[in-house]
Amino acid sequence: MEIAGQKLGPLWLGTGGLTNLETVQRVVAAGAPGLMTVSLRRFSDTGNDSLLATLAELGVRLLPNTAGCLGAREAVLTAELAREALGTDWVKLEVIGDEQSLLPDVVELLEAAESLVDRGFTVLPYTTGDPVVARRLVDLGCAAVMPLGSPIGSGRGIADPHTIEAVRAAVDVPVVLDAGIGTASEAAQAMELGCDAVLVATAVTRAEDPVAMARAMRLAVEAGGLARGAGRIPRRESARASSPMRGRVGR
Amino acid sequence: MRLSVNGGPHELPEGSALTELVATMAPDARGIAVAVNGSVVRAAEWPATTLREGDLVEVVTAHQGG
Repeated sequence: MEIAGQKLGPLWLGTGGLTNLETVQRVVAAGAPGLMTVSLRRFSDTGNDSLLATLAELGVRLLPNTAGCLGAREAVLTAELAREALGTDWVKLEVIGDEQSLLPDVVELLEAAESLVDRGFTVLPYTTGDPVVARRLVDLGCAAVMPLGSPIGSGRGIADPHTIEAVRAAVDVPVVLDAGIGTASEAAQAMELGCDAVLVATAVTRAEDPVAMARAMRLAVEAGGLARGAGRIPRRESARASSPMRGRVGR
Repeated sequence: MRLSVNGGPHELPEGSALTELVATMAPDARGIAVAVNGSVVRAAEWPATTLREGDLVEVVTAHQGG
C-alpha cells in the first residue's frame, strides 16, 4: 500500500496505553507496524518524551492525530501544531461529535479536511462507514479514508461489514479500517473486505499480552490480505460435496 | 504581565519574547510546537515574537495516543 509515494505495511498501531518502553520495543518488533499514531497534547514536565525518542530510534514512522478535537477549527490548529512539532505534513484527521460516542462529526470533518488539503497536508480522515462521505472526502483531496468498524475502544469488531465493502467500492484511495478491532480475526476480516491496512490501538496496548497480540495482528492482516487476493469461493445456499459422489463403497 | 499558558495563569516580565517562555518550560525545544492566540508560531519566529498581556499561549508536544 502506498500513500503520497510512501510504501507502508498493512498493520498500523496506536501508542495510547503503551507506557513501558521495553513493551514498546517488543510490540514494534512483533507487530512490524507500517506506522504508529501519536496525539498532540499540552507540554508538561511529566510528558512522554522517552516514548517518542524510543519510536524514533526504532525508525517507526509517526502519524500525528487530532484525537479529541470537537470542531474543524480546533482540528486544523492541532494539525498545524503537529506539523510543526513532528516535521510531518501527514495527519490522521479526527473530528468527533461528542465525547461519549466518539463518532465522527462528518460536517466538521469535511470542513477540516478541505482546509487541511488547502494547507498542503496529506489528510487521512477517520470517518463513518458511509460511502457517500468517503467519496466526498476523496473529492476534497484526502489521501486515504479510515472508516470505523465500531466505536473507538469498544472492541466490537466490524459491526456491519457491508459498510466497509461499500466504502472500498466507492473510492480509489487506500482504505484503512480504524477503530473497533478487538482481536485478530477482525483485523483479518477487514483485509478480506478490501481494506489496505488496519489501525489497531486498544486491542494491542490493553491486551493481557500486548506483544503476543501485536504478532497476532500482524499475521492476521497478512492472512486477510492474502485471502482477499486469492479470491474466496461464493457463498451457497446448500452443501456441495468436495469428494466425488461416484464410486463410494457399498453403493 | 499576566498571560495564559496551557490553560493556566502565567507571570512574565513585560516585553518577554516567546523564546524565553519556551526555554523556561522546555530547555530542549525539539518536538515542541507553539500557538499564540490560536495561530501557530514557527520556531524560527519565537525570538522575534513579543508576548503581550492576556495572550493565550499553547505549548504542545507529541504524546502517546490513537
